[in-house]
Formats: sequence, structure tokens, C-alpha cells
Amino acid sequence: MTAVGGVSCTIDHGSFVALVGSSGSGKSTLLKMVNTLVTPSGGRVLFGGEDVTTLKQSQLRRRVGYVFQGIGLFPHFTVGENIAIGPRLAGEKLSDARIAELLTLVELEPDMASRMPDELSGGQRQRVGVARALAGDPELLIMDEPFGALDPITRDALGVKVRELHEKFGLTTIMVTHDMAEALLLADRVMVMSFGELVADETPRALLDGEGGEIAQSLVAVPRQQAERLASMERSENPA
Amino acid sequence: MSEILEILLGLGDKFAAHIVLAASAIGLGLLVALPLAVWASRSQTVARFALGFASLVQTIPALALLALFFPILLSLRAVFGEDLPTLGFLPALLALALYALLPILRNAVTAQANLDPGVLEAADGVGMTSWQKLTLVEAPLSAPFIMAGIRTASVWTIGAATLATTIGQPSLGDPIFAGLQTQNWALVVAGCIASAGLALVVDALLGIVENGFAKRNRWQYGAGIIAVGLGVVGALAYQSGGDDEDTIIIASKQFSEQYILAQLIGSQLEKAGYSVEYRDGLGSAVVHSAVASSSIDISVDYTGTIWTNELGRTDNPGREVMYQTIADWERDNTGVRVLGRLGFENAYAFAMRADRAEELGVTSLEQLVPFGPQLTVGGDPEFFERPEWIAVRDAYGMRFGETRNFSPTFMYNALRSGEADVISAYTSDGRIAADRLVVLDDPREALPSYDAMLMLSPRIAQDEGVASALEPLIGAISVEAMRESNYAVDREGEGKLSPKEAAAQLAETLDL
Repeated sequence: MTAVGGVSCTIDHGSFVALVGSSGSGKSTLLKMVNTLVTPSGGRVLFGGEDVTTLKQSQLRRRVGYVFQGIGLFPHFTVGENIAIGPRLAGEKLSDARIAELLTLVELEPDMASRMPDELSGGQRQRVGVARALAGDPELLIMDEPFGALDPITRDALGVKVRELHEKFGLTTIMVTHDMAEALLLADRVMVMSFGELVADETPRALLDGEGGEIAQSLVAVPRQQAERLASMERSENPA
Repeated sequence: MSEILEILLGLGDKFAAHIVLAASAIGLGLLVALPLAVWASRSQTVARFALGFASLVQTIPALALLALFFPILLSLRAVFGEDLPTLGFLPALLALALYALLPILRNAVTAQANLDPGVLEAADGVGMTSWQKLTLVEAPLSAPFIMAGIRTASVWTIGAATLATTIGQPSLGDPIFAGLQTQNWALVVAGCIASAGLALVVDALLGIVENGFAKRNRWQYGAGIIAVGLGVVGALAYQSGGDDEDTIIIASKQFSEQYILAQLIGSQLEKAGYSVEYRDGLGSAVVHSAVASSSIDISVDYTGTIWTNELGRTDNPGREVMYQTIADWERDNTGVRVLGRLGFENAYAFAMRADRAEELGVTSLEQLVPFGPQLTVGGDPEFFERPEWIAVRDAYGMRFGETRNFSPTFMYNALRSGEADVISAYTSDGRIAADRLVVLDDPREALPSYDAMLMLSPRIAQDEGVASALEPLIGAISVEAMRESNYAVDREGEGKLSPKEAAAQLAETLDL
């Protein structure tokens, strides 16, 4: 069985790409090939022109920040130690000021650095997860369903925050999500996957204009219909 | 109570030996189990195989596992040379380490399997190498569970280490086994208190460490580890006090007569200026191999035992021929020097309570035959497998209604309480006279002789100093004297002596 096949694309420096598809479409597998958590049996992933499998793994993973649904904060490390782990593995010590700065970037109090992960809420934990991914000054941020387990309000706020950080640091970002609305609202470019293949690669504008083919459009239809139904409910309750 | 306290205070060397043995076994168990657990967490096949093996080992009774290492090490001498010890510390260490494997391994594997997959993914995601992942993430998160496994292993090992006595390794089992055989309950209780107390203290200390790991409190687990470490170092320091090359090791099997004779031999040698050490309570099966391999130096063995077990003979050529044949065989085959016979026999014989024998009107095995099917016969655990029983059975056509096994001490109690009608008694046993038992005649001479012999290991076979120190014992001990001495140790209440006291009394009777 082939999880991912027939995918060929180039992602420009500085772009924010959403990778959308239903469960089992291969989007997470494709994403994990970028930081070699998954090694493909065929094909290559080039990062800045170099094959990722030839790069030193620890170096590669420092240059690629990784945020995922499971968050995976180390429960025996403080928040500060969690944020500092990447640089620590590379033999650098992150200063307290830098940790405070990173916490502020994700809108957490700097004094949270000394807390343990189990004292935080789910949203706070994922903010720490984002701060950890940014700690090594990555060029590329890859995110696998980063907000999947969060409540809608937290999810929305964090999405906006990540987009803002993306702009601020001139990052290149790839986000895997099954939520087309989130993709349309955050990304510059939306790629749709189905059964391991790339079936659409469009801007949000073009998708809303009906481009991208049947599968992409069936995914766009869901949030669109939801929005229309909400709008019509609003109209019927306010006849004036 | 004060008696138990006194014994406890005298257990210092056994206590130290016990701690060193148990700690070494757990240490070795850890050395094997932890890398194995890491490997198992990366391979399903290894996990299944390792856990399966450890569980299998666990199903072997500890006593059997300890005993099995004797033949295993003996055969390994072909590889490692004749200096490989086959008794004492090494086999005890290996058996107990194997035993400690399962709880440590199982907890470590379970802990690894239950680690949050998100945390492991994050470890890879931030760029940890597999060594960094192990040391920074997997090990600290598994530590409390592994510690719980080590606690279980420690309690088991400290308990099982008492059985090391049977393969000649001093431990807190020494007073327990000696006490059981001589019905000296104070010894048994003292041994139990010491080993259970040790287990409780170690469990509590390791509990502190486990808790410290769980709460990630460095001071707490540090203090626990230091306390355990100090205990082990203390025991090692205590132990390294004695021990020198010239010490002569005297073994005894697990019954009173052997304890007494070992003490008697020891005091003779000490008078002659030798330093001696005792290996009490060895399993009967290992004693001969132990003396032949010079793991021990002196033992008292019996012609009938060697005849069947070592020479593999089932015939009965008579007392004198049997002894000469054995002495020659040992000299030619094992290098063991049979110094001579002590003078008495400890043969198998069938005994009954006097009133019961009178009631049935029997004085010999022949007369007992018709009553057999209505009677219960008691024997020591090996008796009904032995050629003596088969010989009697075949010579007389003897059939009993029920056969039961008892440890030698309890056999006489069974006779007294009527749980057995006839027992396989030993002719030198003091309880024959004390309980006024009737020893049934053996008109067809089915039962072979069991002359007690002094056996010297090849290491000291040519030591004429030893030989001349023990010369006065040859042919000196009558069966009556031995019975009296045995009874003094086996009896209860007033007049009960320790093996050492009985040996001193026997020496006095013999004018030594």
C-alpha cells in the first residue's frame, strides 16, 4: 500500500501553506517526510536545495520547528526547560530573557517558565509547544493538526497568533489540517490531498471562486454552507 | 526472648554475607534487565522472548534453581578451568540474579510501553538522538516504575537468599536451616526476624527512592540511594575482615549428627592449630561433588550413600568389602581420601512404637508383611526412591497401605502422633532410644550398611597434619555414643544442647 505517491510541488520561502484532506489522505505522512520523522521508500524532499535525508538529523530538526496535535511537552521538565530543549541538544543554553521573550510571543506570562506542564491548560500547553518550535530560530515551521484538540475560541486565537508570528519572523509555514475553513482563513496557498495524491493546489481566493476540482470543492462546500445557514438564521430572526 | 536477641547479635557475619549476596544478585539482575528492557522496547520479538524466559525462570522453585547451578557450573569447568567455583557465592549469585530478572524487566518493559506517544514524537521532533531520547526522556519517565520493580525484586531476593545455605553460601538461612533440623526454634525465629527485618528496611528505603523519582525530588532519591549504598558498603567492609587461604572448610548435611560431627572435627583441627570454617546445611546431593571438587575440605559421608549414588551399585557385598571398594574407588577416581570409619553406622532401618509392635506381635520385617496393607509408612523425602526401599520391598514382598514423606525431624513426631505406623528410621538416631522404638530385624539382609566415613578433599588429602589431628576419631564413636549425642540436640526442653555443646560433650566421652 502506498500512503503518499505522485506528489510533486515547490513551496516558496515565506509562504504559508495549508495541507488539507480527509483522514487517511496522507497529509501527515507527507509533512513528516520534511523533518524525516517518516522516510519515504521513493522520491526526495529538498530543503533549501538539499535532500533532507543527507542533512544531519539534529541540524535539520533545529531548522524545522515542529508543532503537532499531541503537543508532547516533556512532563518532567519545567515549561522553560521544555522551550529550551532544542538549543540544549545543540549544546547551547537559552537565556532566561530569551525564554521570557518566547513566552511573551505566544502570549503567556514570563513567570510561567518555572511551572510544570501538568499545571497548564490545553491551550497554554500548545502555546508552549509553539514557543518550543520557535526557540531554535527555525526557517521552516511545520504543524500537524496543531489546534485539533483545542476548544474553538482558543483554536481561533492561536491560529491568528501563529499567522502573526509567521509574518513577524518571515517564516515558511506548512500546516496540516482537516478543517478547510481554518486553511482558507490562515494560508496563502491550499493544497488538497486525497488517497495519497495531491489533487488541488490553489489560493484561497481561487478555491472560493470554484477552482480546484471536485474533491477540493466538496471540502470548501462544508464551511460555505455552514456560513450561509448561519447568515440565513440571522436574517430570519431579524426581519428588519 | 533474650535467647533470640543473643542469637541475633551473633548473626553479624551471616547478615553481612546475606546483604552482599542479595545486593550483588540485584545488581547483576539490573545490569542484565535494564539493557534488555531498552532492547525490548525497540523490538517486539525481544520483548516476547525476554519476558517469556524470565517468567519461565520464575516458575522454577528457588531451591531447585539454586541446586541446578551446581551441575551447570560443574560442566562449565570444561570451558573455564578447574578453578571455577561450583558452590557458594557464584551459583547463589547467578540463581538469585536470574530470579530478580522478572520483576525488574517486566516493570521496565511496561513502563516503556506506557510512555505517552506524544512525548516520544516530540523527542524525535526536537531532534534528539536515540541515546538522548533514552537518557533525557524514556529513563526519567520510566524510573518510578522501574524502581517499583527493583523493590519487588529486592524483597524476593532477600527472602530467597536464605536458601543459598543449601549450596554452601553463608546467609541468614544458616540459622533457619540449622534450627529446623535441631528443633531449635529460637534459631529459626532469629533467622526469620533478621531476614524479614532486612527485607522491610530495604523495601522502605527503596520506597523512598521510588517516591523521590515520582516527585522528581533529587534530595529524596539521592538520600535513599546513599542509605542503601552505605548498607552494602558496610556489609562488604564487615565481610572482608576474615578469610584466609589456609582455612579448612568443614561441611555438614542437613541433620543433627552432621552438625555435631562437623563441630567435633572442627574442634580437633583447631586444637591442632588450623583455622576452620563451617558450611552447614548443604544439600545431601551436592556434598560429595563439593568435597571431590575441593569446594569444601572435609565431610562425613556414609558407605551406603556413596555406594549407590556415586558407584551406581545396587548389590550388597557386605560391610567390609563395601568400605574397601569405596575407599579405593575414591582414591582412583576423585582424589578424595577416605581417612577411615568413625565406628558407628547410620543405616536405614524400619522402626515402630513399642506398644504398636507388641500389639501386632512383630519384631522383624518378615512378620510385618501380612499387616502392611493396613499400615501407613513414613519415610524421608528420598526414601521411597532409594534402592534400600526397593530392596526391602522385593526381598519381603512388602506392601504398605499408604506411604508418606516427612522431613527426618518430623518423621518421629508422626510416629508418636500415630500419623505413621512404621518409619524409615536411622540407626544412630537418638530418638530410637528416647522414644523406646523397636527397630525391626532384617533377617534377609536387604538393607545395606551405612558406615560413617571421614572424607578429605583432594586439596588436603596429603596434609598429614590434618590426618593426624583427625586420627583419634577413627573407629572411636560407638552407635550408643552417637545416639546419645544426637538425642541431646534433637530433644526438646531440659537438657537440649546445641550441636557445638553436644560435640564438646562427645569429645569428653571419647577422652579427646
